[in-house]
Amino acid sequence: MDDQFADLPPARLQDLLHQMMLIRAFEEAAEQLYLQGMIHGTMHLSIGQEGAAVGACAALRPTDYILSTHRGHGHCIAKGARVDQMMAEFFGKETGYCRGRGGSMHIADVSTGNLGANGIVAGGVPMVAGVGLSIQMQRQDRVALVFFGDGAANEGAFHESLNMAAIWSLPVVYFCENNQYAMSMAIARASKIERLSDRACAYGIPGVTVDGNDPLAVYRATREAVERARSGGGPTLIEARTYRWKGHSKSDKQRYRTKEEVKQWQERDPIARLAQQMIEASILTEGDLATLQARVEQEIIDAIEFAKVSPEPDPATILEGVYA
Amino acid sequence: MSRELTYAEAIREAIDLAMARDERVFVVGEDVGVYGGAFGVTDGLFQKYGAERVRDTPISEAGIAGVATGAALTGMRPIAEIQFMDFITLSMEQLVLQAAKLRFMLGGKVQVPLVVRTPAGAGTGAAAQHSESLENWFVHVPGLKVVMPSTPADAKGLLLASIEDPNPVIFVEHKLLYRTKGVVPEGDYITPLSQSEVKRSGRDLTIVATSLMVVRALEAAVRLAEEGIEVEVVDPRTLKPLDAEPIVRSVCKTGRVLIVHEACKTGGFGGELAAVIAESEAFDYLDAPIRRLAGLDIPVPYNRELERRMTPQVDDIVAAARRLVREAR
Ligand SMILES: Cc1ncc(C[n+]2csc(CCOP(=O)(O)OP(=O)(O)O)c2C)c(N)n1
Ligand SMILES: [Mg+2]
Repeated sequence: MDDQFADLPPARLQDLLHQMMLIRAFEEAAEQLYLQGMIHGTMHLSIGQEGAAVGACAALRPTDYILSTHRGHGHCIAKGARVDQMMAEFFGKETGYCRGRGGSMHIADVSTGNLGANGIVAGGVPMVAGVGLSIQMQRQDRVALVFFGDGAANEGAFHESLNMAAIWSLPVVYFCENNQYAMSMAIARASKIERLSDRACAYGIPGVTVDGNDPLAVYRATREAVERARSGGGPTLIEARTYRWKGHSKSDKQRYRTKEEVKQWQERDPIARLAQQMIEASILTEGDLATLQARVEQEIIDAIEFAKVSPEPDPATILEGVYA
Repeated sequence: MSRELTYAEAIREAIDLAMARDERVFVVGEDVGVYGGAFGVTDGLFQKYGAERVRDTPISEAGIAGVATGAALTGMRPIAEIQFMDFITLSMEQLVLQAAKLRFMLGGKVQVPLVVRTPAGAGTGAAAQHSESLENWFVHVPGLKVVMPSTPADAKGLLLASIEDPNPVIFVEHKLLYRTKGVVPEGDYITPLSQSEVKRSGRDLTIVATSLMVVRALEAAVRLAEEGIEVEVVDPRTLKPLDAEPIVRSVCKTGRVLIVHEACKTGGFGGELAAVIAESEAFDYLDAPIRRLAGLDIPVPYNRELERRMTPQVDDIVAAARRLVREAR
């Protein structure tokens, strides 16, 4: 296999495609269930950004850690979580990943190294330095990757974390999903610099900007950063440029952007892109694609069924989960 | 003239009035501009006053608090919005160590007339990091005022008073109140800070409640009245400086007091209220122990039923009030 596919074998490429399709289908289903009142609260959909989540996680081992964001469904699936336990969490069920306590914004699967989504913008960013420090002090062969948005890069804690990881050469990857907006705040209004990855130079670490809608480009950049981190070379800041197709959350009138802009980005669908590349290279057929789609749909149907029949948490356990 | 407004509209009207008459007043926060605020409170103000005075910020809560403090210190009247009260944890240093203390530390030579508006409370399924009620953290800090309106009229009147106040004010709104409606006087309508209000009078039991819990306590009072239990509901409205007198007077009259708030019980404002009552002349009038009904000491759960059980509901208030009127000291 040539470098067009970043040295990934066809079976692995199909996995990545499958993951992206699963994320999309999961979120589309979750949105419908929300509109039907089956899921409450709010949720932040990453539809359109699947390439970043999947490309980044593809460069990680199961034993590596991720810290995720409020827009974290894709990260969770890409790191290997089961969609049935995720869906059960959305339904607030005892069988969910957080036993119904966390919901969409706190989804985590510790067993696959996902230390959790986060309700706080940049909430995971300072923590990742601690995870990196822990890996370093325990002499483990692990890497910690933190996802965060363009908006998160303007929290003070972002700067403290990058600096600490840099001076201690921690095995950390800072992965910024620049989807052009922080809620209504366009990146150009929130930052004077054109490339967020340029901030890396302020901390003396490498920074790189990639097309976040090209999962293989994301994979390549992350692989390099992960190798550096694993071999003691310290942290890297990656900026993956992408776009969220849906509103920020379930209560967004989207007055800050135009329909044309959304449409333009939709034409750069990361899923269609990889599928097309594979078909052109004759390592995927239209038939394979249809089979993948059918498989994904079945997985979602099964997940919803699992969530529906799962028990609610026992109210008698309400005080569990805190020591104080 | 009065008309019905929602709590959110009442707040917006207060901001609008203050901005219209005082050039120094400006709004600063995340998505307060075109978006209109996460809960739509500042909707339309950007169109009316422009980007300079309705200023979107990056996601930088420490920065927002700092910008507001610095501007207030030097002649402006900022109204900062912290999108959810949970995120005010990121603003703490500037608010607690700077804004609150500057006047004192500088020998009274400066003022910090800033208002921080922020929505607190559970009930929206937003889970543990978007549902906090942290008002009592601020009550503990000398130099801050803490305001918590429960009705649209109070929201307007208290916000106008807060904007005029020379001191930093933490103005705590409630997400579940934003859409509640009530009669709100038009024009310049001020509700002075530090005036507790009796929202309903009764002889059998005093309920002191804050924010959303005032609404629930009033609902409970209607149900209790059907059973012949007459509840007096007192709303402190300003938690600090507290106007204790109406509370003490009420307890002297009824001999029984139930304190209701949504924040976790341990370390909540209820403990302070209980102490204030116990230290007052009302102590001699108590026919039963002072009781508190408050949020459970856990983070807010996502699951609907667990979330409901975590905070006091009308049924819980009714049950607690019933028990208390039967109790003897
Ligand atoms: C500390 C903090 N401030 C504000 C918010 C509210 N909020 C949630 S997501 C968001 C926008 C985040 O933008 P970005 O980091 O670019 O991530 P995106 O939503 O675009 O994925 C905001 C303002 C929050 N959750 N936490
Ligand atoms: Mg963003």
